[in-house]
Amino acid sequence: MALSGMRGLSVFISDVRNCQNKEQEGVRVDKELANIRTRFKNEKGLSVYEKKKYVWKMLYIYMLGYDVDFGHMETVALISAPKYAEKQVGYIVTSCLLNENHDFLRLVINTVRNDIIGRNETFQCLALTMVGNVGGREFSESLAPDVQKLLISNSCRPLVRKKAALCLLRLYRKNPDVVNIDGWSERMVQLLDERDLGVLTAVMSLLVALVANNPEAYWNCVPKCVRTLERLTRGHDIPQEYTYYGIPSPWLQVKTMRVLQYFPAIDDPSIRKSLLDVLQRILLHTDVVKNVNKNNASHAVLFEALALVMHLDAEKEMMSQCVVLLGKFISVREPNIRYLGLENMTRMLLVADVAESIKKHQSQIIISLKDPDISIRRRSLDLLYGMCDVSNAKEIVEELLQYLTTADFGIREELALKAAILAEKFAPDLSWYVDVILQLIEKAGDFVSDEIWYRVVFFVTNNDDLQAYAAEKARGYLDKPAVHETMVKVAGYLLGEYSHLLARRPGCSPKEIFHIINGKFPGVTTPTKAILLSACVKIMMHCQPPNKELVEQVVAVFKRYECSVDAEVQQRAVEFLALSRKGLAMVDIMAEMPKFPERQSALLKKAEDTDGDAAEISATKMRLQQQNSTALVVRDPVPNNGGLHPLSLSKAADSGRHQEQAAESEPPQASGAVPPSESQVYSNGTTLQQAPRAGSREPSGDLLVDLMGPLAIEAPPSAASTSPSDLLALEAPPSAPPAAAIAPGDNLALALLDEAPTQVQPLRNVAEWFKELSMKDSGVLYEDPYVQIGLKAEWRNAQGRMVLFVGNKHTGPLTNLRSSILPPPHLRMQSAAVPNTIPPRAQVQVPVDVACIRASRETAVLDFSYSVGHTPVNITVRLPTLLNKFLQVAPVSANEFVARWRALGGPPTKLQEVVRGVRPMPLAQMADLFIRLHVGVAPGLDPNVNNIVAATTFYSGTAATLCLVRVETDPSDRTQMRLTVASEEPNLTYELKELIKEHVMDIPFASQRTQVATPSAMGLTGPAAALAGLI
Amino acid sequence: MIHFVLLISRQGKVRLTKWYSPHTQKERTKVIRELSGMILSRGPKLCNFLEWRGLKVVYKRYASLYFCMCVDADDNELETLEIIHHFVEILDRYFGNVCELDLIFNFHKAYYILDEVLIAGELQETSKKSVARVIAAQDTLIEHAKEQSSSLSNIIAQATK
Repeated sequence: MALSGMRGLSVFISDVRNCQNKEQEGVRVDKELANIRTRFKNEKGLSVYEKKKYVWKMLYIYMLGYDVDFGHMETVALISAPKYAEKQVGYIVTSCLLNENHDFLRLVINTVRNDIIGRNETFQCLALTMVGNVGGREFSESLAPDVQKLLISNSCRPLVRKKAALCLLRLYRKNPDVVNIDGWSERMVQLLDERDLGVLTAVMSLLVALVANNPEAYWNCVPKCVRTLERLTRGHDIPQEYTYYGIPSPWLQVKTMRVLQYFPAIDDPSIRKSLLDVLQRILLHTDVVKNVNKNNASHAVLFEALALVMHLDAEKEMMSQCVVLLGKFISVREPNIRYLGLENMTRMLLVADVAESIKKHQSQIIISLKDPDISIRRRSLDLLYGMCDVSNAKEIVEELLQYLTTADFGIREELALKAAILAEKFAPDLSWYVDVILQLIEKAGDFVSDEIWYRVVFFVTNNDDLQAYAAEKARGYLDKPAVHETMVKVAGYLLGEYSHLLARRPGCSPKEIFHIINGKFPGVTTPTKAILLSACVKIMMHCQPPNKELVEQVVAVFKRYECSVDAEVQQRAVEFLALSRKGLAMVDIMAEMPKFPERQSALLKKAEDTDGDAAEISATKMRLQQQNSTALVVRDPVPNNGGLHPLSLSKAADSGRHQEQAAESEPPQASGAVPPSESQVYSNGTTLQQAPRAGSREPSGDLLVDLMGPLAIEAPPSAASTSPSDLLALEAPPSAPPAAAIAPGDNLALALLDEAPTQVQPLRNVAEWFKELSMKDSGVLYEDPYVQIGLKAEWRNAQGRMVLFVGNKHTGPLTNLRSSILPPPHLRMQSAAVPNTIPPRAQVQVPVDVACIRASRETAVLDFSYSVGHTPVNITVRLPTLLNKFLQVAPVSANEFVARWRALGGPPTKLQEVVRGVRPMPLAQMADLFIRLHVGVAPGLDPNVNNIVAATTFYSGTAATLCLVRVETDPSDRTQMRLTVASEEPNLTYELKELIKEHVMDIPFASQRTQVATPSAMGLTGPAAALAGLI
Repeated sequence: MIHFVLLISRQGKVRLTKWYSPHTQKERTKVIRELSGMILSRGPKLCNFLEWRGLKVVYKRYASLYFCMCVDADDNELETLEIIHHFVEILDRYFGNVCELDLIFNFHKAYYILDEVLIAGELQETSKKSVARVIAAQDTLIEHAKEQSSSLSNIIAQATK
């Protein structure tokens, strides 16, 4: 306690510690916060001691997890204090309390810079540490050269230089351009000669980042790195204080090897040889010792060496040495080493042809799958997944399935998905695959996404000899009590299609199958009910000659759902009911599903897309996304149309959008697949109702497309003799929805076929968004079915900061993102780079800084492109960097206004124009418009009530110019007005006048640019005004 | 790189936090809550690594305190584990057999010391001696300042306020 040296702080900490419970603590903390707040507010002359004490208390409270939303200014202000004790507190607490995006940090850039370039070494250290820990992009731009100078300086002490190296690393991470200077790689080579190992460690960290980004530029560092590594491993010339448990700086060894891993290959034979010698020594001479820390440090070096050996793709002998080592590690008891053994074995699979030797350890790896530690279980699962191939798939997948029953929740999802992928990828025969997936659904139905069972349907449909087997299996599962709903779906589908193949087996007569299915109706959700209805109709159809009793029972089911509130279920029930009356004619319509065209598994495709991290597309996440997507685009229900319930349409809003989108942009393509005439679309719909309707309930279009989509094209046209469209047109009961009402559903399936349309259209007129943003500071800038760009802006005088929120609305990643901003000559703009890829449903923020130099109505243009699938999309939109953003309402008194008005005599500083074609609006509305344009209206200044007088200040660079505006309106003709604008700057006067004109005139926005008057129009102002006077 | 450093007591109280990648206050609170739940519930004989949100948390328990560092998934875990130990040894040397109470009442010292060990989420100094020298020099500077502030003029300024 004595050490703390601040009694008030110690007392406060003890008080907090003595609190019995969270409430008491909260009360004590609130009291202290109130105290600090009043002290900061009321007492100007706080002593140094008090300031420090309060700031430390704030940090303590903050650390406890309470919000500290004041006092930041006081904290930051301490940085500027002259004395070390205050400065230190200021720097440390600032870097803990504020993050790099905090505005206050910008305020101290100058002070920090002065400390960095100043002579006081202790101040330099404080400043470098703070910038290294929380410096953002602005720091990077203003401080990088100074920090570089310190790093390469001969006169600075090592203490300062190592801090400078890491500080530069931070600045480099924020803005890679800071070291894009000629000869910097030479500098790095020189720095690698550093004698002080502290500095060398920091420099090596910097080098890791530099090489990772741009290995070509730093080739010349390779020899020095290898030499450093040699020196370290031999322990030559290493000061005692830089050894750690007898090992020469293990951290520096690890970092050096890390640098070498970022070079694509090391070709120079002599360098390669000496490097391999060093690595060989590490591999052979790392022993297990008793001391934990020594053991950890030496193994840290060993694992890094293993990684480097793998990277270098060394000789086979050395590689097999590595496998032997790893094999040893995965069987030790020490959990850390076992974890790392498994992890590195997985990495090894990716780079080297060692699969056979790793397979020898399979049983050991399976033991780790049951380890009590989830970290180890994860590694083991990953490794099993990676090493699986045709030869061991059966064994591994069965092991995974067995483990699934006992696995804890945290890992089940990943486990189920991996098992499904492996089963599909390496199935020795398809019946085994069907077995595995059905088991999977039984054991972990919640984690089996629809894609997985769609895939089962795909295989079964395409393989005739699998159908009876699958149907029998499905029947077996449905018999069990408490069946998962996904099982009901897949079994219902399979039994509907193929149960007739079993008809002769005991317990599999159509009647019995129907009873099983009928028994499942009460406990399932509507999408499943729809599938079951289709199964019923198929069973009935296959029962030839018709069994009267069965037909009655099935018809009873249809009747039950004829009035279902769910449109899909209702529609099926009604249609099937109508079809069931057709007797034999139904056989053709209800024929078996045709074979699917061969296609890549959606599961595998996604697994590849998500960078190998298969868990990303896990079922629950998928479900979440679906929920999000409906939440995102819920729109007004479409008016009730025929028998359709409005709810059903709005539910499928997301798909609805796709459909709308497609309908707008590419009707020809949709019609290429199926002629768009209503009857044909509908006939198609009937043939494929089994599947796509079921799918169309899922808002996520992709799933639907993948499995069910092709049917729209492939389904053979139904027998001409009994076209179902005729059938329905003639005989549909009155409650049946008219064909037109169903068409959207089918269109949907067609539209979705083309997942990435060749031309992506914005959802609304881009100009409208722009117009809204011209008056507001946040809103949508652009939106199409895949991407949404929102904008939020803050404007202060001549500066502004906009943040673009680029959101991926799609269920797949957006790739090849590029964005560039073309600023007009009067603006300086700087924007951060966009990442190359946005993962599904993710959003990135792109800050853009704007500074205005002079008045102009031109706006910046955002050129943005991305690819969805393989389709590139290019967007060009204007950014609302309008003149009015740099205006601020200026309060002026009557006298002042009149004086100024007089002083600004006539053209070009004062311009007058009669504006015609004004959008008629009451005066109050016009005043409101002015205010939204940041032009402040001064009511009562003009005696004439039909006039508006307003003033505003325009900021550019460092200048602020007052602008005066007068509008005279004619109450008898609201479509014209006389507008007078005055300011000291002719250019500004003109631009402001045009800006106001643009906003009051009734011009369609898109064509607005052509309406912009050319400078010659200025000359017309006078005569036009004169003319107006005459009238 | 190290994204953040956390010291949590066995009761889940935070004793030190340091963030090297930007997190808002809200995120910080959330991360701490999530991680302390995960780490405190782990048994004693498990490994010192925890996979979390695509990153890795390397942690070690010393008496009643958990020292946690969050690193990138491909960083060297054992290296990080020994950075923790290195930091603990430095604290131990400074406080002389460091215990949780030392870090509670002198949390500000722990921050000074951490700043000499890590910058920008990277190890700054691997020599304990060198760190000890720098910290001692800082302490002298502050002592010096304290003497000045307790000088007569300051006492008068306080009294007449």
